[in-house]
Amino acid sequence: MSEIYLDHAASAPLRDSARRAWLEAADRHHANPTGSHLAAREARRALDRAREQVAACLGAQPGEIVFTSGGSEADNMAVRGALGIQRSAHQSSTVAVTTAVEHHAVLDPVTFSGGVTVGVDERGVIDLQALANTLKELQEPSEQTGPHQHQHQDTPDAHSGDSSVAVVSVMAVNNETGSINPLGEVAEVVRQLAPTALLHTDAVQAVNWIDVAAATADFDLVSATGHKVGGPVGSGVLVVRDGFQLDPLIIGGGQERGRRAGTPDVAGAAALAAALSEATEQRSESVRRLRLLRDDLIAGLMVSLGDRVMLSAVPHGYAGGRDHIAAGIANVCIAGIQSEALLFLLDAAGIRASAASSCSSGAQDPSHVLAAMGVPRELASGSLRLSLGYTTTPDDIQQAVKVIVESVQRLDRFDGG
Amino acid sequence: MANKTKTQRVLVAMSGGVDSSVAAARLLDAGYDIAGVTMKLWGGPSDTGCCSVSDVDDARWAADELGIEHHVFNFGDDFERHVVAPYVSDHAAGLTPNPCIECNRHIKFDRLLHRADALGFDLVATGHHARIVSTATGLRLGRGIDNAKDQSYVLHMLGPEVLQRLLLPVGETTKQQVRSEAEARGLVTANKPDSQEVCFITTAQGRQEFLSQRIPIRSGRVVNTAGEQVGSVESMELVTIGQRRGLGAVGGGLPRYVLDVDTQSATVTVGSLEELNCQSTPLTRWCWADQPISDEVLVQTSAHGTPAAATVSVDGTQVHWAEPRRRVAPGQAVVAYQGDIVVGGGTAALAAGSYS
Repeated sequence: MSEIYLDHAASAPLRDSARRAWLEAADRHHANPTGSHLAAREARRALDRAREQVAACLGAQPGEIVFTSGGSEADNMAVRGALGIQRSAHQSSTVAVTTAVEHHAVLDPVTFSGGVTVGVDERGVIDLQALANTLKELQEPSEQTGPHQHQHQDTPDAHSGDSSVAVVSVMAVNNETGSINPLGEVAEVVRQLAPTALLHTDAVQAVNWIDVAAATADFDLVSATGHKVGGPVGSGVLVVRDGFQLDPLIIGGGQERGRRAGTPDVAGAAALAAALSEATEQRSESVRRLRLLRDDLIAGLMVSLGDRVMLSAVPHGYAGGRDHIAAGIANVCIAGIQSEALLFLLDAAGIRASAASSCSSGAQDPSHVLAAMGVPRELASGSLRLSLGYTTTPDDIQQAVKVIVESVQRLDRFDGG
Repeated sequence: MANKTKTQRVLVAMSGGVDSSVAAARLLDAGYDIAGVTMKLWGGPSDTGCCSVSDVDDARWAADELGIEHHVFNFGDDFERHVVAPYVSDHAAGLTPNPCIECNRHIKFDRLLHRADALGFDLVATGHHARIVSTATGLRLGRGIDNAKDQSYVLHMLGPEVLQRLLLPVGETTKQQVRSEAEARGLVTANKPDSQEVCFITTAQGRQEFLSQRIPIRSGRVVNTAGEQVGSVESMELVTIGQRRGLGAVGGGLPRYVLDVDTQSATVTVGSLEELNCQSTPLTRWCWADQPISDEVLVQTSAHGTPAAATVSVDGTQVHWAEPRRRVAPGQAVVAYQGDIVVGGGTAALAAGSYS
């Protein structure tokens, strides 16, 4: 049975350009790029070419590109690296701030380190006022805070009053709903209220949909990864703007200018660069094309299933359209349906989709994103994320609508499954 | 089994343990079209049992070895509602609940069956040690061949409408045969130990710690049947009728057993073994497999306890023991057998205040 792949936001099929780049680099560059002989220098050159390409796509300088094993490492490096460097420099308790709807690769490092999360509105977009309030509270000079802080009051940093937020991390595009955050406004708020905080964005989902170079120009740290744009899994990147230091997650051989030890993956970097370049070049056209298909998909579901289909990031009665949602993502909640049962039936019919992000066991866990947006748990248990990408065709969409509608109708006979 | 044909699609509940892995293998050999499923029931800490990621991995691995599809269903909300919450409130009410039975009743043989129907499966199979027996009056649940591993007690609630959609492929063989077969097939689960305790409570944590996160734990007075205080307990919620240890009573003298737990007045009444004995046990939620049986039956009151001769009132509200026997802790299942066949089952009810 042919496959209709509507799970690009989880991982996109490998692009031909990325496959070719990977094979070529893997074949040619057997040497360790940190070595000094000719073969090593050639490998080094291939790595640097990849670095230049990636930098160009992300609006960064080549020296600002740190290759990582993927988005999760980049996110961890940003949050934990910023906390680590600030905590050792100031010897005081500094915290990370993020949104409640982040990917767990950001959310867990923030919350496990005692950080703070900021809410989002019903569209899944950051609540800027809440961000401002949080930053103000955290930056306030502390008279009555605990003895731990009091003990450091004589140090210059404690007096400066703005050393308590190490990093603010706000994702560019949400992986479940496709909600786009206003990064420019986020940067303004953070610069004004927490001027010494590092500013990070997880742009892992964004590259396909928005001009990341422009949107993240004011950000100190930017995460991206290859496999969401048709590159290989295992190749990611963290942009670390010149002049900013992070405590590295991996130390050892001093690679990536001491920011990430380990023999660089030349082939992975080359393939990431190829995929990212192609995705960036095709972005405007792709966004236009996929937005139409995505809207057809939603319209098709609504025509057959009526108002029990709700676009998760468009609250009831909201008149502002869908411009805040990435073009290729349709996260819908279907009232009275259990996602798990629906996904099973779709899968059996060749349609690959997902609900919330899957947990490590493979079970569908209730979505923390939809919960933070105020979607009732019962409705959220009928969520379905269809994410389109460069391989998606009009036929895919037509067939998907047909199968989803039939599956929902079947499940209706069994209380939703 | 007459209407079960091998072209049917079977959803096999695979816990990651050896029994369900072998159950799946046997159905595959028999020619059924099967898929495996592991239920994710509990999100909190767990030693093992049915819920941890490593168990899911084991089940997936076993499914891979068999070459069948494997799925994971998250029934966490159902499990919380039907198993964990009642477990806690039963303890608060002075009962001694059996959460495995509620999980079987509400999750494995209700929620999962419903899901299987919705997804187009004809039958569900599990690795329980029990048998589905065809009788003149329809399908009945029977004890597994391996009496030491028999699980019919915890499955007693399965009526004909469930049994006709169920396969229990390991009930006809002993645990040892199951293990040897798993080994012979090279299944990764061959040497996994049997799961034992309540799967949502870790050994390190213990019941008291678990309960204290959900309900207030109250200390209580321990009195004798004359009403004189003879000791104290740290946690009323964990006292079980028939219990002998942990009553904070002074040593010496005859052993004392818990006769009654009154959560209202936080009083535990203790007495001698003779006083613990009773002639009858009140029942609730009793269901006959078919017509009520007024003849003497064999009645079992714990998972691997020895059945005792008794009669059950036709209306299912009392079991009358042929010989006096130890009081049954309210909340425990009471299951009636004729031979190896389950003919009825219910739950021991709270006695109408006998000592307090």
